[in-house]
Amino acid sequence: MNELVFFINNVIVAGSVTGSIYAIGAIGVTLIFSIMRFAHFAHADMMTFGTFMVLLLTLAFPGAGGAVGLPTPIVMLPLAMVLTALLAVGIDKAFYKPLRAHGVKPIVMVIASLGVTLMLQGVIRLFAGTGSQNLYLAGERKEIYRLDVPFEMAARPIIVTEPQVILFLLTIVCVVGLHLFLNRTRLGKAMRAMSDNPDLARASGINTNHIVAVTWVIAGGLAAIAGTLLSLDVTFKPDLSFFLLLPIFAAAIVGGVGHPYGAIAGGFVVGFAETLAVFNWTVLLRPVQHLFPAWLEIPRNLAFVGTEYKIVVPFFILVAILVWRPTGLFKGKVI
Amino acid sequence: MPLLEARGVHGGYGGMNILNGVDMAIEANEVGVIVGPNGAGKSTMLKAIFGLLTVSQGEILLRGEPIHNLPPNKLVQRGMGFVPQEKNVFPSLTVKENLEMGAFLKPGNVKRMLKHVYDFFPPLYDKRHQPAGELSGGQRQMVAMGRALMAEPDVLLLDEPTAGLSPLYMNEIFERVKEINAAGVGILMVEQNAKQALAIADKGFVLAAGMNRFTDTGAALLADPEVAKSFLGG
Repeated sequence: MNELVFFINNVIVAGSVTGSIYAIGAIGVTLIFSIMRFAHFAHADMMTFGTFMVLLLTLAFPGAGGAVGLPTPIVMLPLAMVLTALLAVGIDKAFYKPLRAHGVKPIVMVIASLGVTLMLQGVIRLFAGTGSQNLYLAGERKEIYRLDVPFEMAARPIIVTEPQVILFLLTIVCVVGLHLFLNRTRLGKAMRAMSDNPDLARASGINTNHIVAVTWVIAGGLAAIAGTLLSLDVTFKPDLSFFLLLPIFAAAIVGGVGHPYGAIAGGFVVGFAETLAVFNWTVLLRPVQHLFPAWLEIPRNLAFVGTEYKIVVPFFILVAILVWRPTGLFKGKVI
Repeated sequence: MPLLEARGVHGGYGGMNILNGVDMAIEANEVGVIVGPNGAGKSTMLKAIFGLLTVSQGEILLRGEPIHNLPPNKLVQRGMGFVPQEKNVFPSLTVKENLEMGAFLKPGNVKRMLKHVYDFFPPLYDKRHQPAGELSGGQRQMVAMGRALMAEPDVLLLDEPTAGLSPLYMNEIFERVKEINAAGVGILMVEQNAKQALAIADKGFVLAAGMNRFTDTGAALLADPEVAKSFLGG
């Protein structure tokens, strides 16, 4: 039973955490693609920026969370989401909108977003330094929940932390909220309409500039959530985006670019794939070792790839999916 | 004062003029039909009216007010509807959502106009929860026209509404166009099926090389041997 608990802790919980973060990030990438038709490489840095805002706000109002019984960074998250959304809209106005007005090719937009990536990273490093920082300031403790398994043989508990629980809840809220927004509201439907056929959307009287701004607000807000919860789970680093960029793009493409539900599915596929790839299968095999012939010894570490090579997993998934199903799991728009 | 009037319109894409002085005028109770050979600038004229390309010279008036070079969303607000020839539905949205988008600027209208459009195109009611991309060509055209009608336009521009449709559907669409017009919406449409279209036209405009060649009533153009010889295939 302990092996099962180990599996739950290291694969189910860890995979859901990674998957949720990738999913929330990938939704933003896919929405931006479906509305503006370009791959927004600076998206991961918007996540970092959102987290950085949370860090600043937490430093400014330490102990604010104690009053409501939540970690201070979580209390500061809504404000950071607003700031990140403003940043996203501002970046669009300053850098992407003039290019769009000239009717440039999507590749030009992609390159511009690379420029924005470097700029944002520079700004964040300038103020936050290059080291990693804990979002939990001194005096606040990361709550850890140990859930005992109701079986005789299980001695170890299932472990989840408070930020992980908040992450799961927020992911559900985001997904349900996005679904309702896209299918039930006038603005959400207009967004889908613009993604389908921008010319006809304009001919219907939809103000496409307005839709673009709404897209940035949603993408920015979600980016702040994903970045902050990742940093709460581990720590804040200015180069966080390098580890996020590839997986969230892989997730968006795996799910079918431009398809929000695909992005969610893709996020979890990539998240679980990463976790399963670095999982040490020896633990699960050890109890059944007596079934194997004596000469077959189970190695101490039987993972598909070492933890340090985790980043190759999204690449692999990406290539495999694109070979097997070029438009992604859900039928997305082919780039 | 005509509902929609164009005077000496010049325009085109990227500095190359396709329209070299087009005049047109229709009243609210009229169906106007633009015919002419390929490349005559028929669809371009419609796009110029709807603000999709720059008018370099001349003017376009809606109820006497100049509207040339206004963006499409402003024109929708002023009571103009446009149904493009291709890509005229939102394929992944349901039929109902497509129609709702037509009334985007008039959300208060949605319920009333939905009922109206369903009454007008009964097949759409049965398919209202299906993505528009799954419909047949004729039904798609109904969705496209329904979407434009949702905003309660005073004038409707139709770009080849019967292109690629079977003769059965073609007659159905022309019937609907007449009914829409009878309900008080001025119509200006571009048509390849020139004979059938001119038969329902109050005004006909025969364009060639971006200029008016003949302008008369539909019946008169059909009867004109010269028009028949050069433009209607004998």
